[in-house]
Amino acid sequence: MAKRIEVSDLNIYYGNFLAVEGVNVSIEPRSITALIGPSGCGKSTFLRSINRMHEVLPGARVEGKVVMDGQDLYGSDVDPVDVRRQIGMVFQRPNPFPTMSIYDNVIAGNRLNNKRMKRAETDELVERSLRGANLWNEVKDRLDRPGSGLSGGQQQRLCIARAIAVEPDVLLMDEPCSALDPISTLAIEDLMTELKERFTIVIVTHNMQQAARVSEQTGFFNLNGVGQPGRLIEFNPTEKIFSNPDEKATEDYISGRFG
Amino acid sequence: MTVTKAPTEPPAQQRTIRRPGDRIFAGAARGSGIFILLVLAGVAAFLISEAIPAFTASSEEIPGGEGLGDYVWPLIAGTLLGAVIALLVATPLAVGIALYVTYYAPRRIATALGYVIDLLAAIPSVVYGFWGLAVLAKQLVPFHEWLDDTLGFIPFFAGPASTTGRTMLTVGLVLAVMILPIISAIAREVFGQAPALHREAALALGATRWEMIRMAVLPYGKSGVIAGAMLGLGRALGETMAVAIILSGGAGATLNVISNSSPSTIASNIALRFPEATGLGVNTLIASGLVLFVITLAVNMLARWVVNRRADFSGAN
Repeated sequence: MAKRIEVSDLNIYYGNFLAVEGVNVSIEPRSITALIGPSGCGKSTFLRSINRMHEVLPGARVEGKVVMDGQDLYGSDVDPVDVRRQIGMVFQRPNPFPTMSIYDNVIAGNRLNNKRMKRAETDELVERSLRGANLWNEVKDRLDRPGSGLSGGQQQRLCIARAIAVEPDVLLMDEPCSALDPISTLAIEDLMTELKERFTIVIVTHNMQQAARVSEQTGFFNLNGVGQPGRLIEFNPTEKIFSNPDEKATEDYISGRFG
Repeated sequence: MTVTKAPTEPPAQQRTIRRPGDRIFAGAARGSGIFILLVLAGVAAFLISEAIPAFTASSEEIPGGEGLGDYVWPLIAGTLLGAVIALLVATPLAVGIALYVTYYAPRRIATALGYVIDLLAAIPSVVYGFWGLAVLAKQLVPFHEWLDDTLGFIPFFAGPASTTGRTMLTVGLVLAVMILPIISAIAREVFGQAPALHREAALALGATRWEMIRMAVLPYGKSGVIAGAMLGLGRALGETMAVAIILSGGAGATLNVISNSSPSTIASNIALRFPEATGLGVNTLIASGLVLFVITLAVNMLARWVVNRRADFSGAN
């Protein structure tokens, strides 16, 4: 279940461009870790490097290590497809498959794993996942309808249900609430607090109140200038980051003096 | 100076402001829409009015002396058979090409391949006809014999296998090459537009590239592929020169696609007979043209229906 992630000396490249440099961090299991920082500082790139999603772009590569409970995710014998089956991801814009029903969306990941499942088992899994995403009561009467007919907040919770249905070890969230209204945002935040009992959660957010509300640990990313690589400036307990940060740059950013 | 009162207009009536640009554009668009309907109606009216004498004539007067039904039926069979072979061969191939170009090939190869395939569409059909007759037909003779030997129990391959290769099978394969660029161009276009959002959703769930294509690309592109296949089918149904050159034609309706006695197609039959046709012969040919027109219309409506059946799930909303 929830696993610890150790990142050491991680450099992330797009072709010859060094996008993120020298990240060292340890992400605790059963907790929420927030990543904040100005746009373009590499926090999303770093997040996507944890489940090797950044490799979707040709030329993307890393140096350094990402180790999940002793397993090197960038080992030469590791298939990125397997990594992504262990580390789920929720995106900025809700992206349920428009050609699938709500039901099929939830079990899309399980179908990939080629497990033969009995109808009763999938029914049970769908209900459990949708309940886990606090969506069951809203959609239980229209599971056969397309997921694209739901509201934005419901769609995002459907995506969370889809991600947790495969029982990943880690859940990555890339600005999951930035396209949602405050009420839907609150629903997702409550959900995250429930989910951290079972998963390791890493969230990228532009909303500093959100980071302060939900996370135990916070990492602040910054870059010195355009074309420079992004760096992890400070990584500390959230309380410390928002009250008494070690770095001047962190304090400037969270107090709104730049960025 | 007299004070002129402002024209009184009922305040409740809110008039939308009509800008000249909007009006011109709306007019032009509406005009184009009406124009195409008029052309279609004109063609239909011509076909119907010219075909009526053939429908009302007694069966002895129709060329062949067996009546209009007996005259047109083998041609319908030939037309459909050739087009269906072409579609069955070309559609999977075109989908494969389109997927390779959009998701597998390195960019440089993909662009080059795209040009080459588009070039296929620019070759005149008479060239395809000669190629089919002079090259492909001879090459396919052993294939015909093999089909006869191994699959002869299926009515389509009942034989006797042609020794010249000038058969409906050859015609179908030539037509497949001709419609390949149409289908693959449209498939390429729709596959390329499958949203990155959904492709990433699939990959993040641990999909391999093929699984990503199956989850996020093919369902999204399905209606486009069907539309492309229908355009291709339209060309295959109406193709004249290539069929006329390859087929000797003239036999009755048969499902057998590998024998010499394949019936011709409607379009090629019209092209071959029209120069020498007189009187009721002309009306008969036009009546067969009307049948082709109706078949094409029906096929297109069927395709529309198939596409719209699951409109909720199309991804367009």
